[in-house]
Amino acid sequence: MSVYPYFVAAWLMLVGGYGIVRSRNLVHAVVSLSVAQAGTYVLLLAVGYQRGALAPVFGSTTKPNKHVVDPVVQAMTLTDIVVSATVTALLLALAVQVNKRQGTPDPDELQALKG
Amino acid sequence: MSRSARLVVFLIGAGCVAAMFAVAFFKMPAFGGSMHLYRDLAVPASVSHYTANVVASVNFDQRAIDTLGEETILVASVIGAAVLLRPAEEEAEMRPKAVGRTLEATKLAGYLLLPVTLLIGLDVVLHGQVTPGGGFQGGVILATGLHLLYVTGSYRALDRLRPLELFDTGEAVGAAAFAGVGIAGIVVAGNFLANIVPGGTFGQLLSAGTVPILNGAVGLEVGCGIVVLVAHFLQQDIIISAQAEQAKPGGSSEPQAGERVGTAERS
Amino acid sequence: MTTGQLMPLMIAIPIVMACLILAAGSYLPRVVTDILATATAAGVAGMAAALLIHSGHSRVVTWLGGWRPARGVSVGIPLVADPLNAGLALLVAGLVSCALLYSWKYMESVSGRFFALMLLFLAGMEGFTLSGDVFDMFVFFELMGAAAYALTGMKIEDKTAVQGGLIFGVVNSLGAYISLFGVGILYSRFGQLGLPQLGAMLRQHRPDALVIVAFVLIITGFLVKAAMVPFHFWLADAHAVAPAPVCVLFSGVMVELGLYGAARVYWVAFGGTIPHADVTRAFIVFGALTAAVGAVMCFLQRHLKRLLAYSTISHVGLFMMGFAVLDDDGTAGAALYVVGHAGVKSALFLLTGILLNRYGNVDEHRLYGRARGDRLTACLYFAAALGLAGLPPFGLALGKSVTEDAVAVAGYGWAPVLFIAVSAVTGGAVLRAGLRVFGGLGPRPALESTAGAGEESTGGEEKPETGGLPRTPVTMLLAIGILLAGSLAAGLLPDAGQAFAHAAQRFTDAAGYISQALSHAGAAPPRPDPAVAWTGEGIGLDFLSVALALGVAFLGLYARRLPAALRRSAAPARPVIAVLRQVHSGHIGDYVAWLFTGIASLTALLGLPLL
Repeated sequence: MSVYPYFVAAWLMLVGGYGIVRSRNLVHAVVSLSVAQAGTYVLLLAVGYQRGALAPVFGSTTKPNKHVVDPVVQAMTLTDIVVSATVTALLLALAVQVNKRQGTPDPDELQALKG
Repeated sequence: MSRSARLVVFLIGAGCVAAMFAVAFFKMPAFGGSMHLYRDLAVPASVSHYTANVVASVNFDQRAIDTLGEETILVASVIGAAVLLRPAEEEAEMRPKAVGRTLEATKLAGYLLLPVTLLIGLDVVLHGQVTPGGGFQGGVILATGLHLLYVTGSYRALDRLRPLELFDTGEAVGAAAFAGVGIAGIVVAGNFLANIVPGGTFGQLLSAGTVPILNGAVGLEVGCGIVVLVAHFLQQDIIISAQAEQAKPGGSSEPQAGERVGTAERS
Repeated sequence: MTTGQLMPLMIAIPIVMACLILAAGSYLPRVVTDILATATAAGVAGMAAALLIHSGHSRVVTWLGGWRPARGVSVGIPLVADPLNAGLALLVAGLVSCALLYSWKYMESVSGRFFALMLLFLAGMEGFTLSGDVFDMFVFFELMGAAAYALTGMKIEDKTAVQGGLIFGVVNSLGAYISLFGVGILYSRFGQLGLPQLGAMLRQHRPDALVIVAFVLIITGFLVKAAMVPFHFWLADAHAVAPAPVCVLFSGVMVELGLYGAARVYWVAFGGTIPHADVTRAFIVFGALTAAVGAVMCFLQRHLKRLLAYSTISHVGLFMMGFAVLDDDGTAGAALYVVGHAGVKSALFLLTGILLNRYGNVDEHRLYGRARGDRLTACLYFAAALGLAGLPPFGLALGKSVTEDAVAVAGYGWAPVLFIAVSAVTGGAVLRAGLRVFGGLGPRPALESTAGAGEESTGGEEKPETGGLPRTPVTMLLAIGILLAGSLAAGLLPDAGQAFAHAAQRFTDAAGYISQALSHAGAAPPRPDPAVAWTGEGIGLDFLSVALALGVAFLGLYARRLPAALRRSAAPARPVIAVLRQVHSGHIGDYVAWLFTGIASLTALLGLPLL
């Protein structure tokens, strides 16, 4: 199963999209977006994985060597997580205000922007 | 579009995208393989700058501008949330009523955990260059620790111990410090975000040059930023919504808000 | 300090100043914040101008942190400036300066934070423009996104504003994550993220499924930002609700940055492997569809900002066709078109902002005849509207004629017809609105919606953005004047056309980009610059589009007085228009569903011919 983790990533991306499409609540839509983004974490980490390799942190017991998993994808994932967390907060703030202004969080009932 | 039409459009698109993914995945190197070009370059680069945690070296040294961008996204989001969650023209802020109570056991656990959590947070920030962790992770722990006050005490206790202006400033100083270290790199070494501080001893606290400094800046920024962020959501829920609830009885868009005030507020 | 060090400073200085304003905002008097923010943006514009001058001789490359490449690979991130993206950086900073100058009386309740967000937006756009690393581009893409979502939803009292901001945020972020997914797929095989390294590796590579899927996914995020049909839905919603000075940045340059991102990634990284003909065909189809849909939707609007937003969509479609022909002429034309368009479109948004703040709404029908006495505003409006329709000597007209010529030469003989039709319809819609609002021409339009209740955004409930303006402040008029003058300069300065030709030649020289970024060798231009200048034929077609635009405007005003037989002949178009309106539903789920369909069609257009 040398591609299985990649399919997990693709599944998360698509199911996140499905969540937004079928959403009945904007908070749910924003969280679905985070699910889609989780697909990118899984993909990046899966791409950088190496069987039997250690974490890329050295110390007195692990002398520097190249038999470690890819640190670059881990750094990218960390950046990605920060982006996700902060943008999600911003979108949730918008969702709170939409709910307050239009009296419903259901995208099917929002009427303000048409045509 | 109706819900079913929307689903059909999505399924057609998503089906094709799924097929695309599948085709590409079978062309990708197999999972768990040993071919990692960037890794082979990043590990020696990290060692050459006395950084034991290669991830920290990538984040704060080799690709430090990514982190500058990422931390700036945090600043933008916190400012954005503050702007979006400000009291609207017709709303006013008010002091919440002190109601509800907390279990003694919860209080005790909270007060015991508070100093421990803050210390762990500091430890994670300070050791980012030698162990897994760093400014972002530590900053989040610090901000979470502070909110134990909310769990154990009350919103008002939290409010007293958390001068928002100060945290706003702390966030701005942290973010500016990161960019400032970058500019110092131009002045000293002719390169933006160059690692200009002497490397120290590999694997020790004093190592990795500018990495711990940048970690500290990020820790300050993230800690303060998350506190401000959570504060605005709490204010929206407890102070501003409470007002809207009283101003428009029955006309509230969020019926749970009033109840939540009751359960969340303890004195 | 060398010129290379200017590039990171153009990103870092706005960030530092935004933090300063954030930290000291409540202690500073409003006017100091105004001046500080505007001066910062103007300073960045100055740096961009210096960068532009230096990059004219030779590309400026800097590897951040001093991590220079060895043997074609590197752990660092390069910033690379050639005249095209240095010019884009100048356009970004110039527009931000004008928008901030215009904002001196704006958003009093959130002043410090508004300016801080604008400066962070500036930093994000500059970072995206200058970066030569595909993951770094994603980070700055999200930075401009985060600032832009907040700026869009800023008027929280306005129920449409927060909804528009949310739609914008979800659709654009999803696009960005899809891009990142593509980056992950590409990284798995090549193990590098820098565009020059990727370009060097891909050059010796057959375009197999992995490469094509990665390319499609990466550019999807950029095309979402560039508002290509069917990724475009968020744009009208976001533009309709954002404050006017923010719209200037959205329409003037942010959307175009998406196009730049797609073009840059293709030229440098994928240009050597995915055949040009293939990409040309796909991008021409997307561009033409976008231009047509945008133009029709533009004509149907009465909400002035939405009208301008759809006109932006349709123009971006035309820019895309210019880039799509993948040669020097098309690229030069599109770049010139973008600059000319930025000036007039930004001026129009700012003028709409003045209407909103003086008369309380942006509904073409409600504003009928209201601004009759406002001579100066009217003059500026009609100058900009005619400029948008393609009146020489605005830079837009030169860009349009060069681009349509390049697309026609590339084998798409019908392109000039589309270009002229789009200019006439969008310019005509803007002129029609102006004639109604400033001239009170035509019969008084009905206030109730003709599209059926709830099927149209009218702009009648838009909230003003300043605390009442008895007369228009000088700073606002100054900002508009600068923008119009900029658009004129792009067409009138004797060397402007040649400068754009040179920039395009450098931009399309991917081999030079790669070798210079990886080895610091000064690359000699491989071919002479194309000739970009006014031609008799081009000017003639420009005047034709202006005349047609006037015709369309009067047709819009007096449609009801046409003979019944003529009006009946338009009947078959009605169901099409109704469907088009319904598709633009303001529903986040719809937009995401279309997004996935868009990825599928892009893959089909690009990938199937290569099988």
